[in-house]
Amino acid sequence: MKAEPEVNLELAKELGLTEEEFEKIIEFLGRVPNYTELGMYSVMWSEHCSYKNSIAMLKTLPRSGGPLLVSAGEENAGLVDIGDGWAVAFKIESHNHPSAIEPYQGAATGVGGILRDIFTMGARPIAILDSLRFGDINDDHVKYLVKGVVRGIGDYGNCFGVPTVGGETFFDRSYNANPLVNAMAIGLVRHNRTASATAKGAGNPVLIVGAATGRDGIHGATFASEEISEASEEKRPSVQVGDPFTEKLLMEATLEIIKEDLIVSIQDMGAAGITCSTTEMSAHGDSGMEIDLDLVPKREKGMTAYEILLSESQERMLVVVKKGCEKRVKEIFEKWDLPAVIIGHVTNDGFVIIRYEGEEKAVVPAKSLVLGGGAPVYHRESRRPAYLDETRKFNPDTVPVPPDMQDVFLALWESPNIAGKQWVFEQYDTSVRTNTVLYPGGDAAVVRVKETKKALAMSTDCNSRYVYLNPRIGAMIAVAEAARNVVCAGAKPLAITNCLNFGNPYKPEIFYQFKEAVLGIGEACRAFGTPVTGGNVSFYNENPTGAVYPTPVIGMVGLIDNPECIVPTGFQHEGDAIILLGRNREDLSASEYLAQVHGIVAGDAPYFDIEEELKLQAMTLDAIQTGLVCSAHDVSDGGLLVALAECCILNAAPIAAVVTIIDKMRRDALYFGESQSRIILSVHPPMVDELIRLAKMRGVPAAVIGTVGGSVLEINSDIAMPLDSISKAYSLSLPRLLK
Amino acid sequence: MPVYNARIIVTLRSSILDPEGTAIEHALHELTFTTCTDVRVGKYITMNIEAESEENARTIVDQACQKLLANQVMEDYTYSLDEAAREPA
Repeated sequence: MKAEPEVNLELAKELGLTEEEFEKIIEFLGRVPNYTELGMYSVMWSEHCSYKNSIAMLKTLPRSGGPLLVSAGEENAGLVDIGDGWAVAFKIESHNHPSAIEPYQGAATGVGGILRDIFTMGARPIAILDSLRFGDINDDHVKYLVKGVVRGIGDYGNCFGVPTVGGETFFDRSYNANPLVNAMAIGLVRHNRTASATAKGAGNPVLIVGAATGRDGIHGATFASEEISEASEEKRPSVQVGDPFTEKLLMEATLEIIKEDLIVSIQDMGAAGITCSTTEMSAHGDSGMEIDLDLVPKREKGMTAYEILLSESQERMLVVVKKGCEKRVKEIFEKWDLPAVIIGHVTNDGFVIIRYEGEEKAVVPAKSLVLGGGAPVYHRESRRPAYLDETRKFNPDTVPVPPDMQDVFLALWESPNIAGKQWVFEQYDTSVRTNTVLYPGGDAAVVRVKETKKALAMSTDCNSRYVYLNPRIGAMIAVAEAARNVVCAGAKPLAITNCLNFGNPYKPEIFYQFKEAVLGIGEACRAFGTPVTGGNVSFYNENPTGAVYPTPVIGMVGLIDNPECIVPTGFQHEGDAIILLGRNREDLSASEYLAQVHGIVAGDAPYFDIEEELKLQAMTLDAIQTGLVCSAHDVSDGGLLVALAECCILNAAPIAAVVTIIDKMRRDALYFGESQSRIILSVHPPMVDELIRLAKMRGVPAAVIGTVGGSVLEINSDIAMPLDSISKAYSLSLPRLLK
Repeated sequence: MPVYNARIIVTLRSSILDPEGTAIEHALHELTFTTCTDVRVGKYITMNIEAESEENARTIVDQACQKLLANQVMEDYTYSLDEAAREPA
């Protein structure tokens, strides 16, 4: 066997620790750590596990209260009450760096990881959403990444048997070589069947269950905390491979041992594997663990303690079982064809002690390794980036108004960010479990909650161009749009999860973006009454030309009490009146139109007033719940014309409309501007007066702008397009661009 | 120009999990082939290459393997190469 490397500052630095951190470890232990211990600290104190540069800001978010049953960060995922004895567990997580290296497996294991977070809580996953961002669609490597990621998500989700019901796909050069792959999962659990991740009770056996341990992903967590460079090509052996069928078995076995009340606690093994699960579970319970690595089922021969402790092999869990229940737990796992092996027990001295091949390989105080305990907390320097001065100088008067609005519309309509994403979601099983009510493509997906009358609406949103141009307001808009999307389906927004994708936090300009965005999310969540259930931070999303756009993705879940009030995105009936809620403003800032048609990314974030937004959403929800509304769609990327065209085709049988908009302003701003807080409704003619009255009463501008019907979409005298050419352009564009 | 015949074997690197191999091993054991262990699944590719020399042909096969036939993030490849027998005129 190879001798272990000598532990010194050089080695610590190689493993990603700073001098200050190395000193701190020595202080905690009262001695120099050995190689195995150093590995444990380096991975637990990596950004990925410790949140050392983000936790101070995350604590400013509203993380408790309202319908929350578990505060953010306390358990594997947040838990939200939906009444009737049921709760929803949901969380979003990034798998950006693994997907950049191996798109198929990276995305697949991202889905696997987030599903485990949900069923570790005792919840059965009911839906997945994926928020994806890629570089320039014309780049061959980007096409390769897109195809791999989408197939990876599809294969894992489809095989596991959970519908993938929504998400986003966005393309921009800033994501070249550093795609963002954020997966969100939602699960259901009965209040009295939730599981904890806190190890308690000295003498209780500790079991490892699920897949065997191999050398997968060693230092994956540290890897995720570094910028992608040419050198990271060398780190390629750390790719993990997902096995969705094993995960399906693991879920069934896990839910069964939780249901039979056999366990004290359970935690999934993701980043930092056995190290993370043993130390975190011990630290949360003020306890310790003694673990014998000889007992861990291994896939490969000759693994060292260091490798076993840091392995990120997928589809594994650590379980603390109630003493005396080991036999029953093993029986259940055997039934599901999975190993469940006792590898140690809980102690009460606060130390995690690791033994292997007759030696004590590590003796570490559990608390010293974890977030909220000994892990470092940094307040990074922040500085307003200079580019903001430049982008704010943008003067729309320098942009000529194009002569033909129909040409502009078509160019936008076929651009990758606006065009239909059927190519993506048709690779996913969107209906397995037969609970999906509203499918991908619309504002929000809706999934029934069986055994109740209720349903859940869900959406992920973030326009990162807005956040780039104004981090605070852009992040507020992300929350507002996510809420607006679930409201348009007829749901009351409940809570959010967030996935914060940023560049290197040691750069003050990047940290400024992060800080401002978190403040914006906090402000918006407080206004909407939607606490943050938890989420994930992914820093170091950079490539050789710079950081990605700051991308705080918001995953929103909303509750529908009455299933008769679920409202689709697209127009429903010939003759219905089209009503625009909210006000059109002459605002081209940050629009898809400016970026696609003029190649300009400049200005401020689009117009946004949170009071206006709150009024709009409350009024819309009321109108939907009183049965006044046939369809609802918000105006977002691409502006009013794109939203109207989407209303025509986002339904089973496309149906056109004749629209007259009289606002006096430059045509391109009216048609393609992205000022916020606007919703397009379609309403039965007899209900129009009542709807207008309701809007007036609630202080929301409302105007009848047209009528649903026919086979040609007509807007003023500027647009006249046959429905089938609109539909074709929408659905054929993305496959063509990806060829 | 001579034609060479390449027989390429692509396998998962030894440290990479192979769910397909595991499933096959499981099925073998169910069929009482209990002495079969460490099942790993790969792929076998044959192709002909027109090249000036064997060295030249090897360069082409290497490039083809690295760019397309093997995903080097997870897979290794080996191959053997012979000059193909000429078709009788």
